[in-house]
Amino acid sequence: MNKKVKLLDEGASKTDSPVTGLSPGRLALDRFRRDKVAVWSLYVVCFFVFIAIFAPVLTTLFNISPYTLDRRALNDYGNPLGRFGGVSWNHPLGVEPGTGRDILGRLMYGARVSLLIGFIGTIVTTSVGLTLGMLAGLRKGFVDSLITRLADVTLAFPSLLLIIALNRPLTQRLESIGVPEGNFARMTYIILVLTVFGWVYMARLIRAQVLSLREREFIEAAQSFGASNGHLIFKQLLPNLWAQVIVFATLSLPGYVAVEASLSFLGIGLMAPAASWGIMLGDSVRYYRVDPTYLLIPGVTLMILVMAFNLMGDGLRDAVDPKSDKQQL
Amino acid sequence: MSPLLEVTDLKKYFATGTSKLLHRPTGQVKAVDGVSLSVEAGQTLGIVGESGCGKSTLARILTRLIDVDSGSIVLNGVDITKLRGAGLQKVRRDIQIIFQDPYNSLNPRHSAGQIIATPMQIQKTVSKKDEVLRVKELLELVGLNPEHYNRFPHEFSGGQRQRIGIARSLALQPKIIVADEPVSALDVSIQAQILNLLEDLQRDLGIAFVFIAHDLSVVRHIADKVAVMYLGKIVEMGSSKVIYANATHPYTKALMSAVPVAKTGTDRKTRILLTGDVPSPIDPPSGCRFRTRCWKAQDICEKLEPDLMDRGDGCVSACHFPEIKA
Repeated sequence: MNKKVKLLDEGASKTDSPVTGLSPGRLALDRFRRDKVAVWSLYVVCFFVFIAIFAPVLTTLFNISPYTLDRRALNDYGNPLGRFGGVSWNHPLGVEPGTGRDILGRLMYGARVSLLIGFIGTIVTTSVGLTLGMLAGLRKGFVDSLITRLADVTLAFPSLLLIIALNRPLTQRLESIGVPEGNFARMTYIILVLTVFGWVYMARLIRAQVLSLREREFIEAAQSFGASNGHLIFKQLLPNLWAQVIVFATLSLPGYVAVEASLSFLGIGLMAPAASWGIMLGDSVRYYRVDPTYLLIPGVTLMILVMAFNLMGDGLRDAVDPKSDKQQL
Repeated sequence: MSPLLEVTDLKKYFATGTSKLLHRPTGQVKAVDGVSLSVEAGQTLGIVGESGCGKSTLARILTRLIDVDSGSIVLNGVDITKLRGAGLQKVRRDIQIIFQDPYNSLNPRHSAGQIIATPMQIQKTVSKKDEVLRVKELLELVGLNPEHYNRFPHEFSGGQRQRIGIARSLALQPKIIVADEPVSALDVSIQAQILNLLEDLQRDLGIAFVFIAHDLSVVRHIADKVAVMYLGKIVEMGSSKVIYANATHPYTKALMSAVPVAKTGTDRKTRILLTGDVPSPIDPPSGCRFRTRCWKAQDICEKLEPDLMDRGDGCVSACHFPEIKA
């Protein structure tokens, strides 16, 4: 075995050693770093995550509790005193009309809800979608048609109607089977319906990927060494799927944040006095004539967060797929 | 001495067009239809034929990547046709495959070192400690820089990738390697390098090859024995010297005449042009499968399927009217 085959090695010269290769992941990271928009979006997302995590600390620090009623900030009609919805040193973004609760404090606590539902929803839908998609792609035949039909049916469902209709009965059912009552059960319900209607997109993407990957010759090569199914799935297939999974998850997360806000707006999900951006939006609509700032603040914040996530996801997708059209600046 | 690999009467039919109502196949593609061949240790058998004649299916049957419908594969005296589980796992060490497309056959997320180490990890032939050493040894053996084991497939050229594929197939020290058109995806200049590499490996390591190609000149370069396939069947087989000098089957003759020759003037052979397309393997012609395109076809060719007959010089040919030189 130690006899050397004397042949010209086309391309690479033998002098440029030692070389460390750049993994596809590392190359993607480098491309992401060069995308300024994506990097700034990442900073914005990190900023929101920081606020969400440290909301209790920050609100205590600035003395802007989201639950304390401040009558002194309101006039006799219950409207905020001062310009822009009662902006003052005590209440940097003004106060809530009618109650006098601090808007910045409520915004910070609202970020917790939005991001929590966004992240948990993404993790759960992604894992369910990934599992079912791989199952469909790998098993083919009956399992595949079952999962694909199920996906079609799910897509054809008028999901919003169902979510509204099932809100009460299912939340009560959740509470009866031991989920803590109140807002916890309501959040569980939201994540549940997000999963039931959200797994489809990921599953279809993964199924298509697996169907094309499984025909690639490196899978056959692994089989020719006697690779187990576990090896094929975890060592050969999954490394080729991670990029898509991560990109897709990042792009679907802002969707869940927006859905949570819409559902709270519609009265599903968290209930006041808990703070959520959707609740704030729903509440502010009643006051938009006297206090337009109250409507703008949660709206713009939601827009910034959703946009940051989307731009970051776009950047990630371009970074992962070097063949994508968008050229990095 | 019995041959290293002996294959008898292999058949593989693929179902096509499943009827929705009865869940029964409505047709069959006879991809491999009664193929028998043998390979001696350290020798090379070349298999040639047009696209769709069942070459790649045969390669996957031999390496037990797909199951065969009937027939037997005997490797080293052991029937591996129906082996499963641990028995099959052990046999996989002895028979390995090199794929056609070096862009598809390497996992893009694994480094060259990982790719070459995978067979050893799965078969647990080498301890973790010796793994890197062995990978570097293999890289050097196939003419790559051992320092490149950290690089990823996209950082290599087509020829280099194919070398990685070859190193991977060598990792388990197989007795026989099935090479499924290993050079047809490469530039001509690199084809020669890879062919030389395979020849050198055979000489140094004594590995037998089943070398599949659609290019006769490539097979001529490397094979000791040649089998010509047409529509799932072998039409002519024998030592490559004899076949290249004197083909008797019309199909082989037509293929040979299509090989470009670097000669000018009157000395050139006239090229035999085959008319029509390869008939559909779902419904192959009756009798001799080549008769629809054969200029010698007569009534008997339609009625009677010719068997592989000994031509008298150790080669076999399946034709009613073979051109045997006296």
